[in-house]
Amino acid sequence: MTDVIGKTISEIKQLISSKQISAREVATLHIEHAKRNDKETNAFICLTEELALKQADAVDKNFASGGELPALGGVPICLKDNICVPDYPTTCGSKILENFKPPYQATSANRLFEAGAVCIGKGNLDEFAMGSSNENSAFSITRNPWNLKKVPGGSSGGPAVAVASGYSSIGFGSDTGGSIRLPASFCGIVGMKPTYGLVSRFGLVAYASSLDQIGPFGNSVEDCALALAVIVGKDPKDSTSIDDPFGKFNTKKYPALDMNFAKSLTGHDGSLKGIKIGVLNDLLGEGLESEVRAATENGIKVFKELGAEVDEVKVDHLDIALPVYYIIATAEASANLSRYDGVRYGARDKDSQDLMSMYMSTRSAGFGAEVKRRIMLGTYALSTGYYDAYYKKAQQVRRLIKEAFDKAFEKYDVLISPTSPTVAFGLGEKTDDPLTMYLSDIATIPINLAGLPGISVPCGFGREGLPIGMQLVGPQLSDARLLTVAHAFEKSVGFASKRSPLATVAR
Amino acid sequence: MKYETVIGLEVHAQLKTKTKIFCRCPTEFGAAPNDQVCQICLGMPGVLPVLNKKAVEHAIKAGLALNCEISETTKFDRKNYFYPDLPKGYQISQYDAPVCMSGHLMIDGKKIRIHRAHLEEDAGKLVHAGAAGLHGSDYSLVDFNRSGVPLLEIVSEPDITSPEEAKNYLTELRNILRYIDVCDGNLEEGSFRCDANVSLRPVGQKELGTKAEIKNVNSFRAVQKAIQSEIERQSKILDDGGRVVQESRLWNEADGKTHSMRSKEEAHDYRYFPDPDLVPLSIESAWIAEIRATLPELPEEKRQRYVNSHGLSLDDAAVLAESKDLADFFDETLKLGANAKLAANLLIGPTTAYTNDNKIEFTETKLTAKNLADLIAAIDSGKLGSTNAKKLLLDLLATEGDVNKVIEEKGLAQLSNEDELRKMVEDVLAKSQAQVEQYRSGKTKIRQFFFGEVMKISKGKANPEVTNKILDELLPQPEST
Repeated sequence: MTDVIGKTISEIKQLISSKQISAREVATLHIEHAKRNDKETNAFICLTEELALKQADAVDKNFASGGELPALGGVPICLKDNICVPDYPTTCGSKILENFKPPYQATSANRLFEAGAVCIGKGNLDEFAMGSSNENSAFSITRNPWNLKKVPGGSSGGPAVAVASGYSSIGFGSDTGGSIRLPASFCGIVGMKPTYGLVSRFGLVAYASSLDQIGPFGNSVEDCALALAVIVGKDPKDSTSIDDPFGKFNTKKYPALDMNFAKSLTGHDGSLKGIKIGVLNDLLGEGLESEVRAATENGIKVFKELGAEVDEVKVDHLDIALPVYYIIATAEASANLSRYDGVRYGARDKDSQDLMSMYMSTRSAGFGAEVKRRIMLGTYALSTGYYDAYYKKAQQVRRLIKEAFDKAFEKYDVLISPTSPTVAFGLGEKTDDPLTMYLSDIATIPINLAGLPGISVPCGFGREGLPIGMQLVGPQLSDARLLTVAHAFEKSVGFASKRSPLATVAR
Repeated sequence: MKYETVIGLEVHAQLKTKTKIFCRCPTEFGAAPNDQVCQICLGMPGVLPVLNKKAVEHAIKAGLALNCEISETTKFDRKNYFYPDLPKGYQISQYDAPVCMSGHLMIDGKKIRIHRAHLEEDAGKLVHAGAAGLHGSDYSLVDFNRSGVPLLEIVSEPDITSPEEAKNYLTELRNILRYIDVCDGNLEEGSFRCDANVSLRPVGQKELGTKAEIKNVNSFRAVQKAIQSEIERQSKILDDGGRVVQESRLWNEADGKTHSMRSKEEAHDYRYFPDPDLVPLSIESAWIAEIRATLPELPEEKRQRYVNSHGLSLDDAAVLAESKDLADFFDETLKLGANAKLAANLLIGPTTAYTNDNKIEFTETKLTAKNLADLIAAIDSGKLGSTNAKKLLLDLLATEGDVNKVIEEKGLAQLSNEDELRKMVEDVLAKSQAQVEQYRSGKTKIRQFFFGEVMKISKGKANPEVTNKILDELLPQPEST
């Protein structure tokens, strides 16, 4: 049997187009691998086997009739279970949506399926994408394939583990405060949050609408570029999706993030001459694990070797990004999650005798502790008498953070930092201490507040062989340039071909 | 004590769009429950609202017609509360940047200021099984057809001082919205709904008293009655030395009183904040100008013109202007050169009586402006007498036809030939010697008898003016008594 587990997009497409294997066989092998091993990792909330085989057959049929293999033809993917696909549950990792099957499809899923992607399953997540460890799922705790006693990071832990374990070639998560980059970093793969507005949010179940953005996981920067190129673009169903992002709004003339660009990435000479890189010094301080610091310093060296100019830079207000995030995100969440009231769909307490008790018992039983905590925080921040002091103030500071980044980008092309101050921590280690848990996202949260593109690329390994990620951040709409820099870094730093034991064992 | 009434009105006008404000579901009234719904207006997980441009256009048009300032940038906010008819658990509305600000209406020469007008989505509708209302019902169902229908909430300043003025304000407001074709103003179908804020204060006091908000008023008459009853209730409380409680009260048509709604539901904190799913909206002045150019002449301008340029009474002008269809028809008739007063009389009197009797709208009649103008020309020229003119008008309302042809065919033309009429008068006088004697002796009232006889002989076609002239000539001089 041909070895297909842990392969990149181009490797899989090469195998199919050279007729060494069919898309159906690729799908079947990935599903079997998942069925055999995911009992330990819990990357999936459900496998979408029927859909996968149907999609794979369509790819095979089209290819057999002389068609060209489309952008993601036959490539197995995992979608985070807050991205709607009809006929299967979209649970958001919550009891309240346990049996909810959306009758509509997310625009991003549409675009992926049209590009020939094969959906293997729906990935586990922290309930409603709220969490940093994937321990907040109502169904199961996802485990890190590098070390099953460690968390994979959250909230898109499922798709990250699916890719890192070789259950799927690429994966898609949502990133509100680091939910793609953090698990990418913990799982030793690449994960990218694009510029806000680049990918349609239609069909992504909202956590915090002004911060949520769908993005890819891959075994390489190139895979992320290819995957992203498929899903970017204006969607008339999402008013916040940017119209013609690389046209009329592209005053800085950044390269367009399209398929041509993604394909050309491999041809890049790897030199970063002329690129100015700023190291976010605020994120190198307290709480940073020594091996993460060492890997970051090694990364800086690599950038310099590639010809980039590297300086330390201070971006103002980063120290207060975390509280700002926990006001804005929770405020939006408090409204976004009001619809789960038991009236129209999802779980309902059927024994309640009146409306108010139905609301209360349905929501008390349906939501987990972290979701309740954030609904309460957000409700409080929006309440009369507190709005000005919390929500409004937070919005003002958010603008200041955005301006501080704008200022930094006048001088630098790319800003870098460790993706997380720590490597993957132990299961249960931080669940009793939400504030410590929140600090895992200290480097990623400011990027969402400013709507910037950010990518986490593996840059080393720490104690117990746990992966470490480097975060690269660019100005809005510079996504393609950011990928180019990340690609050059990835090639030089040399961890791109490292796979987790699970993905290796399967071979 | 003497109190002054202070009234502010909040009107929810349903905007006449084909589709809902944030999705593509139709807005038509009367569909089977939940037949006009989709994942967006049902508030399913992961869906997003997309603003209907026509709703904004209608709001701007209404704002211009109500003399409002149109905001350069406007935005949408979430108004948070739980209720089963509200699928998202929040209503998308506008909080601190409404599309329209600071307008006014002229009501009987008095300026009633409009505080603001903002866009929002309607909620669904609860249907209670086993009872008329929630209480005593076995279960409740929700119909989301109305969910997401665009509304313009128009909030007046507390400038209204009597129930009648409130009614007049609402009448004029609805009229304007119908003129500009943004709302059909149908109270029964709920496309024009009104809440009234009523408070009293001692005459001469500047500060406003505590208000009560009256809900569930479904007709203009009910508004008047509800406000009147609320004034009486509050006066009694104040006279007895009590204090009015700020609350919502439900109007009950059956007992003619307002009743307190549960105050617990009043402790709402709506926690408004900008909806992150919708981007702020810039309204360019070119767009406003474009919309302004489509505004028709509004009722107030029409009334002024009818009085000042066409010599109508204010009452007649008001009746005509109250219906855009009628007013437009009137204007068209005038354009064909018709006499304004005659046209107004015919439209207000017999025409309105006809539509009322037959329970139809004016637009459903067969009358054309050309026919009315021809009819008036025939009256003016003496060709048609008033009795036959009325008869003919009723014909023209019911069936199509050419005025002059019908006059000829039916022989309705007035007889004005003096020789013919003189002969008729002579015949009547010859046959009625006794009556002529009575007339001579001073009983001049009997003159009407001769006139009637001439009409009888002429089958109503005798020109009254000419007939009278000849009667004057031929009747003997009465003796003075």
